[in-house]
Amino acid sequence: MAKQGLDDRGKGLGRREVLECMVWAGTGVLWTVSGGIPHSVGLIGEAAAAEPTGFTFLQMSDSHIGFDKAANPDALGTLREAVAKVKAMPIKPSFIIHTGDITHLSKPAEFDNADKVFGETGVQVHWVPGEHDIIDEERGKAYLERYGKGSRGAGWYSFDDHGVHFIGLVNVVDLKGGGLGNLGAEQLAWLEADLKNKSSSTPIVVFAHIPLQVIYREWGWGTEDGMQALNLLKRFGSVTVLNGHIHQLAQKVEGNMTFHTALSTAFPQPAPGSAPSPGPMLVPADKLRTVLGLSTVTVLQGNKPLAIVDKTLAG
Amino acid sequence: MQNLMSHIRLTMARFTPGRAVVVAALSGPVVGALLAFGAVAAQEENVVTIDNFTFTAPELTVAVGTTVKWVNHDDIPHSVVDKNKAFRSKALDTDDSYSFTFASAGTFDYLCGLHPHMVGKIIVK
Repeated sequence: MAKQGLDDRGKGLGRREVLECMVWAGTGVLWTVSGGIPHSVGLIGEAAAAEPTGFTFLQMSDSHIGFDKAANPDALGTLREAVAKVKAMPIKPSFIIHTGDITHLSKPAEFDNADKVFGETGVQVHWVPGEHDIIDEERGKAYLERYGKGSRGAGWYSFDDHGVHFIGLVNVVDLKGGGLGNLGAEQLAWLEADLKNKSSSTPIVVFAHIPLQVIYREWGWGTEDGMQALNLLKRFGSVTVLNGHIHQLAQKVEGNMTFHTALSTAFPQPAPGSAPSPGPMLVPADKLRTVLGLSTVTVLQGNKPLAIVDKTLAG
Repeated sequence: MQNLMSHIRLTMARFTPGRAVVVAALSGPVVGALLAFGAVAAQEENVVTIDNFTFTAPELTVAVGTTVKWVNHDDIPHSVVDKNKAFRSKALDTDDSYSFTFASAGTFDYLCGLHPHMVGKIIVK
């Protein structure tokens, strides 16, 4: 398995270089905002070592509650372990952003279980749906009834916190054959209007399930009209794009934009093109927890990309 | 590779004729003969299997009045959605199936509603 981009601390990667890291399952990424610029300060568990400046939030993703196959027979159990780490954090994050695939099959009991466990954090969660959250009979009604309050369309919305403008987008609806994730004209028009009166100095965090940029077209890992959204965001001085879906860390800094995909709390997926399909990657059962929280994301000051350091809990 | 091999072993352990296609795809020429056999068998039964995020056979020709059955063998749910809305399955979990009877002639392009890069075609004559 390729490990390029790991342990590159101090080597000073160029801004446009892609850091990729295949880490299999994880907990959440703690983000902090200083001087208006969001930084990730480490995977939770490492968070105690960080020094948050008063405003932090977590990104968690791809909980897949209801998944019980070989790659992880107890996705609810690993979510509980992640939530236990959140509860143990010395400084509570302001909120959690969940970048989709809360459930595996959109069943009411799966949503109930997820709500119960996330509720134990005592922290507000801002959700966006993954494709697994809208496969109820009425195609997304169950999700919207639960999490759609105050949102538009299939569940998109924005809010402001600590001077940062947060935008939750939905790119898992009305997908076209042979294509990728899809935002659609209505959502893009809403986004344009939402940004219209925002000063270019407003830090922006945009989050959605499927990566907005194309990571691997052959597996559908990207958003067909994602560039249209990113073009609307170009004038802003600081844009952070948070996605899930691919169950591994991938990071990229391009100009004023930082792209980051989160780990799953449920099961790993293979690196692009490294397996016959993007399906759940089987690791031996006794290894699954050894890889939980394996990697740390650290900030190198300045305009350098985030550094990912490979580190086992055992070692 | 270790992971892939253990995956193959697991797949073999729950091997059934319907799974011939994915195992063949993974295991190379030795099982290649089974691939041909599996594909023919699937076609005779008008079954489209879903393995490794792929519809097999990707293109199937049937007579008017034929019922085609899709079976999902992946650990991830998929669905079967006609591009022109002639049919749409619910999400198919592992080993779930969906059947549709083609009452009229035509070409039906379909996709997986969750993973739209997965596409297939039914030609009804």
